[in-house]
Amino acid sequence: MIKIENLKASIETDDGDKEILKGVDLEIKGGEVHAIMGPNGAGKSTLSYVLAGREDYEVTDGSVMLDGEDITEMDPEERAAAGLFLAFQYPIEIPGVNMSTFLKTSLNAIRKQRGEEELDSLALLKLMKAKTKELGISEDMMKRAVNVGFSGGEKKRNEVLQMAMLEPKFCVLDETDSGLDIDALKVVADGVNAMRDEKRSFLVITHYQRLLDYIKPDVVHIFANGKIVKTGGPELAKELEAKGYNDLIGEAA
Amino acid sequence: MSSEISEETIQTVKDMAGKYDAGFVTDIESDKAPKGLSEDIIKFISAKKKEPEWMLEWRMKAYKKWLGMPEPTWQKPDFEPINYQDYYYYAAPKSMADKPKSLDEVDPKLLETYEKLGIPLREQEILAGVANPVAVDVVFDSVSVATTFKKTLEDAGVIFCSISEAIQNHPELVKKYIGSVVPQGDNKHACLNSAVFTDGSFVYVPKGVRCPMELSTYFRINELNTGQFERTLIIADEGSYVSYLEGCTAPMRDENQLHAAVVELVAHKDAEIKYSTVQNWYPGDAETGKGGIYNFVTKRGLCEGDHSKISWTQVETGSSITWKYPSCILKGDHSQGEFYSVAITNGRQQADTGTKMIHIGKNTRSRIVAKGISAGKSDQTYRGLVKIMPGADNARNFTQCDSLLIGDQCGAHTVPYIETRNKGAQLEHEATTSKISEDQMFYCMQRGIGEEEALALIVNGFAKEVMQNLPMEFAVEAQKLVGISLEGSVG
Repeated sequence: MIKIENLKASIETDDGDKEILKGVDLEIKGGEVHAIMGPNGAGKSTLSYVLAGREDYEVTDGSVMLDGEDITEMDPEERAAAGLFLAFQYPIEIPGVNMSTFLKTSLNAIRKQRGEEELDSLALLKLMKAKTKELGISEDMMKRAVNVGFSGGEKKRNEVLQMAMLEPKFCVLDETDSGLDIDALKVVADGVNAMRDEKRSFLVITHYQRLLDYIKPDVVHIFANGKIVKTGGPELAKELEAKGYNDLIGEAA
Repeated sequence: MSSEISEETIQTVKDMAGKYDAGFVTDIESDKAPKGLSEDIIKFISAKKKEPEWMLEWRMKAYKKWLGMPEPTWQKPDFEPINYQDYYYYAAPKSMADKPKSLDEVDPKLLETYEKLGIPLREQEILAGVANPVAVDVVFDSVSVATTFKKTLEDAGVIFCSISEAIQNHPELVKKYIGSVVPQGDNKHACLNSAVFTDGSFVYVPKGVRCPMELSTYFRINELNTGQFERTLIIADEGSYVSYLEGCTAPMRDENQLHAAVVELVAHKDAEIKYSTVQNWYPGDAETGKGGIYNFVTKRGLCEGDHSKISWTQVETGSSITWKYPSCILKGDHSQGEFYSVAITNGRQQADTGTKMIHIGKNTRSRIVAKGISAGKSDQTYRGLVKIMPGADNARNFTQCDSLLIGDQCGAHTVPYIETRNKGAQLEHEATTSKISEDQMFYCMQRGIGEEEALALIVNGFAKEVMQNLPMEFAVEAQKLVGISLEGSVG
């Protein structure tokens, strides 16, 4: 499903280009959930931005294949149409644009890129009702401006709602647990778990093991200094929680 | 000179036409006054319009004043002095020599022009197309081509016609109100208009009548080097209500076209006027700044009676230079004035726009919401005055000015003046300046929305508070216009 090979990326700084991703190799098959764990500053969020095609980063080497399609050079909106979704660590506020307008614009922009017919307001409303109900989100949220005045939990639930609406093939969850209490975390995890199926892959980026109690990964990777340094099963996350990054990966951290 | 046109030129023109949809020229024979401005030209215009003697005298008085008046120089936009002798002050399609009695007599080319602009003039087509029909007066260069739904409005007692017709048919009303809100000598541009105004709309809503439909005027400048000097007069008698909208476009020309308009509104006791503008005059070439409309407009409303209300809403996207301050004089006690503005400048456009709220009566209230969006190498100024006169006990004003910058080569300035001569006044002023954030753009793009659509979405969100004041029928168009105006400003 998703195949990342020797991915290197750098960012422009005042002191010249700084390499942040230093050769990432990762393959996630359809139906699998992989977790990436790592210390702060390891480059985890950069990985999510580079996968989504954010302009600030320059890919200097390597490739990203999504469902057999090379997306390495694509613009962010093309990657979205190809089926990549990024749930943001800090969802962005867009004042004056209400959720239903935003979702309609987003969904139809993707459909248009795929050569599919655009949905009219009625069809969209039906879809929105169904998805909000499934996720236990109040319909009032659809009338509010995108993320404006949302609580931490509402913002994350909103990310999951968008994911459910767009039905991507590959979902990247960037520190979805940050700023959430246990109850909110459960709601978000339930939403993600409901979407798990054979045709969809997940990459869950997190600093803590806690999230992985609710979204059970098939594979866990430890990320340090711009690359994956250790890979294992779910037990690796527990081990990490017990020992800490320094003990487990030593110098690489 | 070689008659061959390079591929590059053709492509450039094509690209431009893609950006400014209304930029086509209607090929039509025109009846023009000789170039330049003189007493003879004013007599020519007055004669063409078969005006009564008093109107000509009024024009002449303005002309004499105008000759001695200095150009305003306090505005921010910078431009070459205008050579007033270089313009045509009257241009009318030949076929309009005798005003057609019905649309069947109107030159099909003219009808086509409006169809292309998306303004249907045939009432049955309008009725078939939308739930809430809008009556339209269309002005092409110096003349009104047609006014729709006249009969329906007449039945309600509402007068809606071109100002030329009003001078013929309702001289007592015109005489009473023309120049009563914007006096001839108010400023150089308004004075010029008073001397040479050609057409525009006239509305009178009688006592207690709620106008049964939205009224609108569509202005189009077609002829080369032609000034359009429209004059609009709207009177809402006691307890009446009217909502009016004007739209404007012009072909792409390399030369600057002059548009000096005057709009006067009078709201009597308990009356309300809602005036909306969607201005999309040709903005000039985005790279060189060549051409485009000089949009010098004086708009003012008088809340004459107690509990009257005037509300201005404007969406300004076009013109190379905008100089415009729709204002309210709050004379009646408990009267209210509102100004909602979205101004978008891109390319080399310059806009200096804002409002004046003059509080005279007791318990008067005003509200100003101005949203400025600057992109490209454009420059924009909000200029506003809130003035509280000694008798205006308990006057209140709320002002909010927000500027949004796109890119790093544009400018935004806010110049709010406040003059208070009454200690009981309550004034609030809020101002923000922000840049389109890359985070917002990336968030939208990650959700599949392309760069330009994302920008239009974010800007429309920024301008929402103003846009939602537009009549429903126009809000959608105005939102699209926001997107079109910003094309080429990112990437």
